[in-house]
Amino acid sequence: MEALTLVFLCSGLFLGWSLGANDASNVFGTAVGSRMVTFGTAAVICSLFVILGAVIDGAGAAGTLGQLGAVNAMAGSFMVALSAALTVYWMTKVGLPVSTGQAVVGAIIGWNFFSGSPTDIKTLTKILSTWVATPILAAVFSIILFKLSTAMIGWLQMHILRLDALTRFGLIAAGAFGSYALGANNIANVMGVFVASNPFTNVNIGGFLSFTAVQQLFLLGGLAIAVGVFTYSKRVMLTVGTGLIPLSPVAAFVVVVAHSIVLFLFASQGLEHFLAENGLPTIPLVPVSSSQAVIGAVIGIALLKGGRGMKWGALGNIASGWVTTPIIAAIVCFFALFFLQNVFKLPAYKDDPYVLSPTVISQIGFADVPTVPLQSLDGQRFENIREFRRALADVGTYTQAQEAEILSAARVVPIKIDPAKFRKLAETSLSEEQKAAVRSLAGREFTHQWQLEEALADVSPTWQLRPKLTVNKLHNRRIGNQRAEVDFLFAVAQPEE
Amino acid sequence: MPLEVFGRTKRLQQEIDAYHDALSEAAIGFQQAVEAYLTEGTADRFQEKLKQVGDLESRGDELRRDIERDMYAETLLPESRGDILELFEALDNILNRFEEGLWYFDVETPDIPSDLQDDFSQLTELCCKSVESLVLASRAYFHDSAAIKDHLHKVRFYESDADAVVSRLRRAMFAMDIDLARKLHLGLAAKGIADVSDMAEDAADKLVIFHIKRSA
Repeated sequence: MEALTLVFLCSGLFLGWSLGANDASNVFGTAVGSRMVTFGTAAVICSLFVILGAVIDGAGAAGTLGQLGAVNAMAGSFMVALSAALTVYWMTKVGLPVSTGQAVVGAIIGWNFFSGSPTDIKTLTKILSTWVATPILAAVFSIILFKLSTAMIGWLQMHILRLDALTRFGLIAAGAFGSYALGANNIANVMGVFVASNPFTNVNIGGFLSFTAVQQLFLLGGLAIAVGVFTYSKRVMLTVGTGLIPLSPVAAFVVVVAHSIVLFLFASQGLEHFLAENGLPTIPLVPVSSSQAVIGAVIGIALLKGGRGMKWGALGNIASGWVTTPIIAAIVCFFALFFLQNVFKLPAYKDDPYVLSPTVISQIGFADVPTVPLQSLDGQRFENIREFRRALADVGTYTQAQEAEILSAARVVPIKIDPAKFRKLAETSLSEEQKAAVRSLAGREFTHQWQLEEALADVSPTWQLRPKLTVNKLHNRRIGNQRAEVDFLFAVAQPEE
Repeated sequence: MPLEVFGRTKRLQQEIDAYHDALSEAAIGFQQAVEAYLTEGTADRFQEKLKQVGDLESRGDELRRDIERDMYAETLLPESRGDILELFEALDNILNRFEEGLWYFDVETPDIPSDLQDDFSQLTELCCKSVESLVLASRAYFHDSAAIKDHLHKVRFYESDADAVVSRLRRAMFAMDIDLARKLHLGLAAKGIADVSDMAEDAADKLVIFHIKRSA
C-alpha cells in the first residue's frame, strides 16, 4: 500500500514540478528578464517562500477545490493530477502559457462526470468569476502602483544608483511575497485533490508544535515546485521577462507587486479572518492563475502607456488557452479514468451507499426541502451516488442546493465512537471541551455523519454552528473541519476492494 | 545582501561624483592656464596649471575605469549602464581635450597678437562655462533627473556664443597684416579651444536621449 501511495502521489509531484517550471516563473520573470536579479538568487528565494506559503497558508484555497469535487480515492486523485499535468505540459509544448489551476479545475469536473457526483455550480461559478476578476484586478493594481511609484520617485529625487539598488531590493522583496502568495494560493492545485485521500497523519512535535497531515502533504508539494523552479524555470523566466512587452525595472517591480497582491487576496486566511471579524464581505479563497495575474498587470502598464508595444495578437492566443485548457483537462481526465477503472481495475472513486429512512427524510425536511416526492423511496437503499441520483430525478425535480442537502443527509458513513481511539484525539485540533463531548458519546454508533454532528451539538455548545452570517463564517468553517476530523477518526473501516 | 548592495552602490556613487569634480576642476584649470598663457606665456604659472590639468586627466581616466568595472562586475544599473558608459566616454573626450589644448600652447607657443587677446580670453571662458553647465546636467542625470533641462539649454547657449566668437576671431586674424602661416597657426589655436564647447554640446545631445530613455 505504501509503495502504491507513492506512485499515486507522483502525478501530484509531476504537477508540482510543472507549476514550478511555469507558474513560478511569473513571479521572478520580469526581475530575471531585466537582469536586475540573478537566476540563482531568484530560484533560492522563490523555492523557499513557495514552500513557506504552501505549508503556512495553503489550506484556505484548498478547501474550495474540495467543495468543487471531493475526489475520494487515491487512484482517482492520481488521474486528476496526471491529466491536469499532461494538459499543462501539452499546452506548454504547443506554446500557450496556461495555468495549472485551470487544468486542475477541468480535471476535477472530469472526475465528477465520471463518478456521477454533482458539480457544485455555486463553487464553479465562484472559481470562474475569479478567472475574470484576476486579470482585471491585477491591471487595476498595476496602474495604481505604477502611478504611485513614479510620483514617489519624482518626489524623492533619488540618486540613480540608489533607485537601482532600491528597485532591486523591492523586486526581491516583492518576489518573495509573490512566491509566498503563489505557494499559499496554488498548492491547492497541486495537492488539493489528494487532501481527501491523504496518506499522512498529524504529527505533534514536543506536544505544542503541531504539523498537520495536510501541511506535510503541502510540504511535499512545495518541494516538488521548488525542484521545478530549479530545473526548468530559467528559460520560461527569460521569456516572461521580455516576451510580452519590454519593461523598465520599476515597471517590473510594479508587475510583481500587483501580481502578488492579487494572489494574496485570494489565498490569505488572515485577511479573510480580519474582514469577517469586522463584518465585511470576504474575498473567496480560490486558487487563481499566476499567469493571468501577471498578464493582467502587464496589460495595466501597457494601457497606461497608450497600448504601444504590446503584442495584442499574442494576448488573444493566451486568452483562448484559458478557455480551452479546462475543457481539454476535463476530457482527458474522463477518458483516463475510464481507462484506469476498466483496464487496471483500480477504483477511481469510492462508492458510499445512500439510504432514505424515515429519520433521513425528516432530517431533509428540516432543511426546507420538500419531502413529499421522497416518500415513495422511503426505506430504500442505493449502492452508489449514481443510482440514488437517478432515482431522485425520477420522483421529482430538485435544485442543486436541495439535491446537495438530500445527498448529504442520505449518505451512509458508518461511525462508531470507539473508546480505543480516544488517545488519538490528542492529535486533532479539538478543544478540551469538544474532546470531552466526544468522549461522552463513547460506544454510540451512527449511520450518517449528521447524526454524530447533532449528537455532539446536543452535548456541548462548542459543537454548534452559528447563524450563517459573515462574522460567523470562520467559526462555522472551523467546526466543519473539526467535524471532519472526528468523522475521519471514528469512521468504521470498510473492507478494502 | 541588501546592505552589501547599498555599500557597493555608495562607492560607485562617490566615484561618479569624484569624476564630475575632476572634470569641473579641469575646466577651471584650463581657463586659468589659458589666461596665464595670454599674459605671461609658458612661464611658471602656466606650467603649474598644465600639471594640475594633466593630473586631473589621469585621475579622471582612473575613475572612469573604476566606474566601468564596478558597474559591470556588480551588474548595477543593467538597463542604463550602456548609456552611462557612453556618457562617460563623451565626458572623457572633453577632459582629454583640456590637456591636449594646453600641450598645444606649451609646445607650439602660438604668438597671439594683443588685439585678439580679449577674444581668446572670452572664447575660453564661454567654452569652460558650457562644460560647467554640462557637468551640472550630467550630475542631475544621476541625482535629480527633472533638473537636467535647467542646465542643458545653457550648454547650447554658450556653445553658440563660442561659435560667434570664433568666427569673429578668424575674420579678425585673417584681416591682419601678418604671415599666412601665423594666421593659420592662430586659427588652429582658436579651433582647439572652440572644440571643447562642440564636444560639450555633443555630450549634452546624448544626455537628452539617455534621459528620455530612462523616463519612458
